[in-house]
Amino acid sequence: MFDCVLPRYKVLRDAQSCVGCDICITSCSNGVHRRDKTTEQLVADPKRCVNCQRCVVMCPTTAIAITRWPQVDSGSSQWTLEVMQDIAKQSQTGGVLLSSMGNPEPYPIYWDHLLLNASQVTNPSIDPLREPMETRVFLGSRPEILKVNERAHRVIEQLPPQLALDVPIMFSAMSFGSISLNAQKALALAARELGTFFNTGEGGMHRDLEPFANHAFVQVASGRFGVDAHYLNTAAAIEIKIGQGAKPGIGGHLPGEKVNSEVSRTRMIPEGTDALSPAPHHDIYSIEDLRQLVFSVKEATGYRKPVAVKIAAVHNAAAIASGMARTGADIIVVDGFRGGTGAAPKRIRDNVGIPIELALAAIDQRLRDEGIRSTVSLVAGGSIRNAADVVRAIALGADACTIASAALIAIGCHQCRDCGSGRCNWGIATQNPELEQRLDPEEAAERIVNLVHAWTREVQEMMGGMGINAIDSLRGNRLMLRGVGLNEKELDILGIQHAGE
Amino acid sequence: MARKTIPREGETRIPSGCAIAGIIDRSGQRHDGTAILESIALMHDRSNGLGGGFAAYGIYPDYAQLYAFHIMYENRDARAATEAYLERYYLCEKQERIPTEEHPAIKNPPDIWRYFMAPHPMRLAASGLDEAEYTMQHVFHINSSIPGAFVASSGKDMGVFKGVGYPEDIGAFYRIGDYDAWAWTAHGRFPTNTPGWWGGAHPFTLLNWSIVHNGEISSYDANRRYVEQFGYDCELQTDTEVITYLFDLLARRHGFSQQMAAHIMAAPSWREIDAMEPDRAAFETALRTVYGSALVNGPFSVILGSEEGLLALNDRLKLRALMAAEKGSMVYLASEQAAIEAVCPDAENMHSIEGGVPFVVQRDDVARRKAVEASENRAVRDWPLEHEVGVQPRRRREV
Repeated sequence: MFDCVLPRYKVLRDAQSCVGCDICITSCSNGVHRRDKTTEQLVADPKRCVNCQRCVVMCPTTAIAITRWPQVDSGSSQWTLEVMQDIAKQSQTGGVLLSSMGNPEPYPIYWDHLLLNASQVTNPSIDPLREPMETRVFLGSRPEILKVNERAHRVIEQLPPQLALDVPIMFSAMSFGSISLNAQKALALAARELGTFFNTGEGGMHRDLEPFANHAFVQVASGRFGVDAHYLNTAAAIEIKIGQGAKPGIGGHLPGEKVNSEVSRTRMIPEGTDALSPAPHHDIYSIEDLRQLVFSVKEATGYRKPVAVKIAAVHNAAAIASGMARTGADIIVVDGFRGGTGAAPKRIRDNVGIPIELALAAIDQRLRDEGIRSTVSLVAGGSIRNAADVVRAIALGADACTIASAALIAIGCHQCRDCGSGRCNWGIATQNPELEQRLDPEEAAERIVNLVHAWTREVQEMMGGMGINAIDSLRGNRLMLRGVGLNEKELDILGIQHAGE
Repeated sequence: MARKTIPREGETRIPSGCAIAGIIDRSGQRHDGTAILESIALMHDRSNGLGGGFAAYGIYPDYAQLYAFHIMYENRDARAATEAYLERYYLCEKQERIPTEEHPAIKNPPDIWRYFMAPHPMRLAASGLDEAEYTMQHVFHINSSIPGAFVASSGKDMGVFKGVGYPEDIGAFYRIGDYDAWAWTAHGRFPTNTPGWWGGAHPFTLLNWSIVHNGEISSYDANRRYVEQFGYDCELQTDTEVITYLFDLLARRHGFSQQMAAHIMAAPSWREIDAMEPDRAAFETALRTVYGSALVNGPFSVILGSEEGLLALNDRLKLRALMAAEKGSMVYLASEQAAIEAVCPDAENMHSIEGGVPFVVQRDDVARRKAVEASENRAVRDWPLEHEVGVQPRRRREV
């Protein structure tokens, strides 16, 4: 039978620049580059190329570039090349299509339709170089009314446990297994340096990360991998994962080949067995069951740690979030449909869930309508690309944002969406020791720290322009946003006015 | 062709600059309105004739136990509808037109009335609310649902006199020289755009609170969306309105002292908190954590009036002018020093209000009472209702 699956990329090699050093060959775990046996010329197998751009970056003479495969499609706007290629793959394998990272389809990116405000004449903008510009955020649940003794300057009823973040940015969950230990170490080091938090994901906490545990969220997901009392009590906070933006409604599957001895030990499963996370938690079939799990975790940790619950942004997110707030969850985490993943069925990734902007706006408003927004924290993630997105998310109502794709891009990820193969040339989404050692945790941490520092400065500049010197005053301050090119309904859901109004 | 009407406060958000002033006699002795009029008149250039007004405390000693509503009507229907509404929910002891004097600079004043009333006891009991909450909700109802009616003030033994014009003209129009009060505040407005609506002038009030404010807060929508959770309707979309509601929420409902409420709204910076001793830092951190959305940001100077006295507050960065001075039992506050010296040339201890530090002036009797009161805040909702009547079975009360 003929093979209709075409290459996606073409490798261009400039013969004049190429010095034949073979670094491209050693760079590529996919085996794209090789020397032809008869001619000894450097050649490339385009079918193997995933466009991770490792060879492009490593080539000492910049001789390599990757371009799209030049094949034209059928000319139909219905049967595009990609649609037909998907059919070709499925008809040849009978399998579910798998891919990685966030939804790449051209759905609206609402961030790009939200413009920010700045002060002119009637009030002054504030210069962050001259005045304090506060970005500290606390996450946790709080009472509506604080009981204090004013004269003694003491709190009478202690607050529930709170997490202090120096920047309103955390790293979202990425498990050991889906990413390498070095990548996790980089995030942990960066979180400690930045005064924020990373998230172990559902794969347990590797013992090497325990020194960073006070900057860690640990996850309790449907597979309960790595969960025991020690795991829960070591961490700064616990996140119950109900869903993930990239694949709402389904669980996860780490193939047995990736479950080496370290992964096995950390996940607490036998070596070489598949790690299957069921689609639902089999002890949570309804909201009242979630309450039991939230309080089981609180009991196990002596009510000393905030408990977050993470859901994917789905149609009914506002009502679900309101229910979550009432289960005793201290932090509500919402993950938009562009959020990344190590592996997800392509159809799910590309078609299920809703944009984080709309989900966040709806949830924040619903919690306010019910008068409970100030008693719970709200964290949004899944498509935050830069400092302006952070400002927009907070102005829509988030207490803080999570980033993951951006943090990985900072340390080499080129969004080739081939994480599931385990052959990540950047040492990020792999358990292959040779590939993993390409990623130096300390160097990588420095890049992440640089990124977040740069964003923080930009956030401060934008806040100062608005005449705001504490991030508390940006939270939910939707008057600082105006829509462009949005219809009435979209403006209504986002709770903002159109530019010019 | 008909001219398009300019949107009013409440239909759009109108930034404005201002002049503010306040005078209080801590001994509780009452003085007529000539001094405050002179003080605010000196700052003429800080207003543009599109809004001025005064709040006065202690002007109705004969009706001190009753709610004094000052209501502006744009037409007869508004008055008929409002009076029918009030009759249903209140028992009215006295109602009359507020005496005014024609003034060449004051154009098209509304019909302005005052009512001295007590809540209807049965309806109050049936509402399950305390008196203040009951009154607040009826004020919100009139302002939002009866077109052409606006409640200018709704406190006890106090009242607000405001309108469209320069403050000195508004004062003359209302004859404020004929009222005696132990505390006065005044406001001259410089809106960037306004149709000249009397309801949009300041002071803004709710119950016994009155606020005069100069500034444009950048935290407006964060503050608005915070207080709206608790049933406050930000109908006018003004800074003054939302600051009033924050004070009401924190000081009345949550039971903090006014000073603590102001401290929450202009909280110390994290840099300052980090330098405090651990227990104090924990206290300040808890306040900022719970009440972060009540932090008021951007330039502002406010004078809050209440039955306790006056409180002046500046934003943390001190982006607006506000001066204070005293003479004997008198304390003077104004946007400009000259406005104080104009009425009290030998004022002592003239100083600028420090950014983020509440400047509290209590009446002496209030200060004495506060000094011995418990210093723990107790939320209004935790107090038993005083007026529970005739409901069977009666609640058993601890003896």
